[in-house]
Amino acid sequence: MDIRSVTAAVRTWPLSLGQKGALPNFYDLVLFAFIAAAFTALAHGAREMEAPLASLDLAPVTLDPVKLPEYALRTTLRMFAAILASLAFTFVVASLAAKSRKAELVIIPALDILQSVPVLGFLTFTVVFFMGLFPGSQLGAECAAIFAVFTAQAWNMAFSFYQSLRTIPRDLDEVSRHFRLSPWLRFWRLEVPFAAPGLIWNTMMSMSGGWFFVVASEAITVGATSVKLPGIGSWLAVAIDRKDIAAVAMAVAAMAVVILAYDQLLFRPIVAWADKFRFEQTAAQQRPRSWVYDLVRRTRLLRRLLTPISRAVSGLARLRLPAFGDGRARAVPGWLGKASDIVWILLVLAAAGYSAWIAVEYLRTTLGPDDVAGAVGLGLLTLARVVVLIVIASLIWVPIGVWIGLRPWAAELVQPVAQFLAAFPANVLFPIAVVAIVAFRLNPDIWLSPLMVLGTQWYILFNVVAGASAFPTDLREVSSLYRLRSWQWWRRVMLPGIFPYYVTGALTASGGSWNASIVAEMASWGDTKLEAAGLGAFIARATEAGDYPRVVLGIVVMAVFVVLVNRLLWRRLYTIAERRTRLD
Amino acid sequence: MDAPLSVLAPLVQVEGLRHVYRQGEGNVLVLDGVDLTLGDNEIVGLLGRSGCGKSTLLRIIAGLMPPTAGIVAIDGEPVRGPASQVAMVFQTFALFPWLTVLDNAEIGLEAQGMPAAERHKRALAAIDLIGLDGYESAYPKELSGGMRQRVGFARALVVHPKVLLMDEPFSALDVLTAETLRTDLLDLWCEGRMPIRSILMVTHNIEEAVLMCDRILVFSSSPGRIAAEIKVDLPQPRNRLDPVFRQLVDDIYRRMTERQAGRPAREGVFPGTGIAMVLPRVSPNVLAGLAEAVAAEPYNGRADLPPLAAELQMEIDDLFPVLETLQLLRFAEVAEGDVRLTEAGMRFARADLDEGKRLFAQHLIAYVPLAAHIKRVLDERASHRAPATRFRDELEDSMPEEQAENTLRALISWARYAEVFAYDEDAGVFSLENPS
Repeated sequence: MDIRSVTAAVRTWPLSLGQKGALPNFYDLVLFAFIAAAFTALAHGAREMEAPLASLDLAPVTLDPVKLPEYALRTTLRMFAAILASLAFTFVVASLAAKSRKAELVIIPALDILQSVPVLGFLTFTVVFFMGLFPGSQLGAECAAIFAVFTAQAWNMAFSFYQSLRTIPRDLDEVSRHFRLSPWLRFWRLEVPFAAPGLIWNTMMSMSGGWFFVVASEAITVGATSVKLPGIGSWLAVAIDRKDIAAVAMAVAAMAVVILAYDQLLFRPIVAWADKFRFEQTAAQQRPRSWVYDLVRRTRLLRRLLTPISRAVSGLARLRLPAFGDGRARAVPGWLGKASDIVWILLVLAAAGYSAWIAVEYLRTTLGPDDVAGAVGLGLLTLARVVVLIVIASLIWVPIGVWIGLRPWAAELVQPVAQFLAAFPANVLFPIAVVAIVAFRLNPDIWLSPLMVLGTQWYILFNVVAGASAFPTDLREVSSLYRLRSWQWWRRVMLPGIFPYYVTGALTASGGSWNASIVAEMASWGDTKLEAAGLGAFIARATEAGDYPRVVLGIVVMAVFVVLVNRLLWRRLYTIAERRTRLD
Repeated sequence: MDAPLSVLAPLVQVEGLRHVYRQGEGNVLVLDGVDLTLGDNEIVGLLGRSGCGKSTLLRIIAGLMPPTAGIVAIDGEPVRGPASQVAMVFQTFALFPWLTVLDNAEIGLEAQGMPAAERHKRALAAIDLIGLDGYESAYPKELSGGMRQRVGFARALVVHPKVLLMDEPFSALDVLTAETLRTDLLDLWCEGRMPIRSILMVTHNIEEAVLMCDRILVFSSSPGRIAAEIKVDLPQPRNRLDPVFRQLVDDIYRRMTERQAGRPAREGVFPGTGIAMVLPRVSPNVLAGLAEAVAAEPYNGRADLPPLAAELQMEIDDLFPVLETLQLLRFAEVAEGDVRLTEAGMRFARADLDEGKRLFAQHLIAYVPLAAHIKRVLDERASHRAPATRFRDELEDSMPEEQAENTLRALISWARYAEVFAYDEDAGVFSLENPS
């Protein structure tokens, strides 16, 4: 940026009050239309949520296309409620973990495990719990659905925030202490801005994953209780019951519109705005852009209206709150800290032991060792599916991703599409696949499996594309100068180059596939039920039958499988990627 | 009321300061027996090499870390926690990249809860003073290094501190920018336009210290102690080419290369003795390069340090570890502000690559106890292999983890260059075999 534009910015931005006319310009009109629509929709949706449960029976979910926009709206609102809850959770829990060593000892391993627990398995308990909390109101079922999405989103966001807090640069930490920023001001001036880029990226990934769960959790049957909340997920469930392929197609279209809209209207502007929080001290070559953000920046009136909001946020940051948790800086005698840590760990271990004992007692009354062995066997089957599918998806998408990533024009075209496909809830597409399996009389044990990676394979694709795009030009030139043969080129140049990116993508894909198995291994079309032998189907069947002990068993076994795979495979690959193949 | 006392008290008083840095099992004595006073209207420099504890001392005075023992008082008030009477300028600028120049400058006042209007007024005044007019709404990443450090100065001055603390404020800047900023700062200081009473600065640049300071406290290393106090009576503005200025610079080089009393001549260069000696990470190529430079015209084996440092553009932080490693290897003698190559050093400088490596290997085994120790262990074992963790553990018995890691890394790089033994990074194993 040259001096002229800097001074121009001085004239127009923070000190501009009273210098320019307050008349709205064209951009204001466009944006006001958007905002008015958003508020109307929000109010409508919120009122509906409070409706009594009985109204669901009076006005059951129908396949009336006129209703579809409203259903889409309700689904979207659930998503946003969940993301807000996740953000609140992140700020509180991650700050706690970063500032108190005792909290850290419990929270971080807990987050690690929770990340691996199959979210859909939770639904059984949460539906019952929340329905009991708000008897007779839809709010209970709403909360259960929102909670399901929350459990899919919160953990990695909290992790990202925690990691940012732990890696705050030493000099900025010193500046904040030196100028005696209160913990509250420090939170808003240092910690949140520093964590923003990572947190926003993780929030986007969480949202992508969330669509899958919101669709899966709207229409749920637990034993005798059956709820269909108005939303795209319930629309889909009804369409499946009635074998209405046209309605399925409409749900796919509605979902596509919703995801595109949220991406364009919400996340791209946020990413473009958050570019200023990137920590690098140099200006970036390529800044993320968003037409909505540009629009906002061009408006006159709207910006003026936003000023009080940003003032209010700044004021909030300046509030003089009584100090909350600034434990790290205080000097405590070493032996005392260590002793209290040991006491704390013993307490935690005792509590954990007691909980485990209760769980075992509960399961033992109805289940025997045979059931456990059976569940583990089914787990191995599902594991085999996940492994085979990830290998196949990698064999397909790695070469394609590299090809695309090395061609900037192709990457520019494909990258948004791949990210869109990753966000698209694959369960909306399941019925189409099931129709095909039924029509061609295929073996469900084999042909239901691809559904598990239908939604998650895109993570491999767009990460590999990103890796290949970021591959340094000089290394590519070297390899063509020395005329590396094609296999050598892959083995010595390209695969190591994209390895860290590939590991990230494959890890996400494999985690998602485990979760998807609960929906994918058991599918139906009208009265036709297809089932593949596996742990996912085991959990799904137990949920439908309201057989809690088996649900618990299934979840625990699956969580153990996921944790083991993460520890034994992915974490090692990650370490290798970190140590050997980093290019910076 | 003890008002008269605090009037008499010096601006900054440090007495009997001692600081121990605890890491894992090992304790390092960073500062020991440090006394200093800072009066009104003076610029005092803390001069020493990296790791001598001078930055730690600055942070203790600022109240950012508590000392292990000793007293720190500012204007008669003992320091407990971050002190409000001082403001610090950081080597790395330490600006918030997401705040504009104006917001960055205001951060200290914002923390005090000052009303917005007054905050703006004071910040704008400081920005004006330091020559940042017109940049108020720029973000730090849009600015050059020199401009960023000006924001750092504005942020410190805005809170009207009694003492300005500067932690190597110019060392991250290029030569030209640093000189401009130094001159601007000295002008403001001499004209009395800065709302401060004194400046305490940390530096490892000898010329910078002589250019700016009224008094220079020279620090010795491990543990950090004040080895000498030098008064600079030259009037401002000072001329670097003035013979008196040159003589002062030369004197300080001489003092900093003086052998410390009570230590054996050669063992004393690095802290620790025997295999527990802490080694600096110096590249063998730099060692060879410096030896060649000293062996060549116009030095012919004996160089005065100030011109050598100027020619190679190395500050004492870069230069001294290299010189001392050469001294450890008996390739050079450093004393009286001069470096003189030994006979072996001259041969090393003039040898071709293979001969140089052979010589380097001989001296490495002969004079670096850790190298001899590892070689002996490898020779004794039938497999001629030994895991690095074994030696790392041995080192950590007598030094903190980080120093142990650095020492081992330094040794690995020297041993690889000398081809005396090999190290397999993947397995973390030393061995005698060289990859064929």
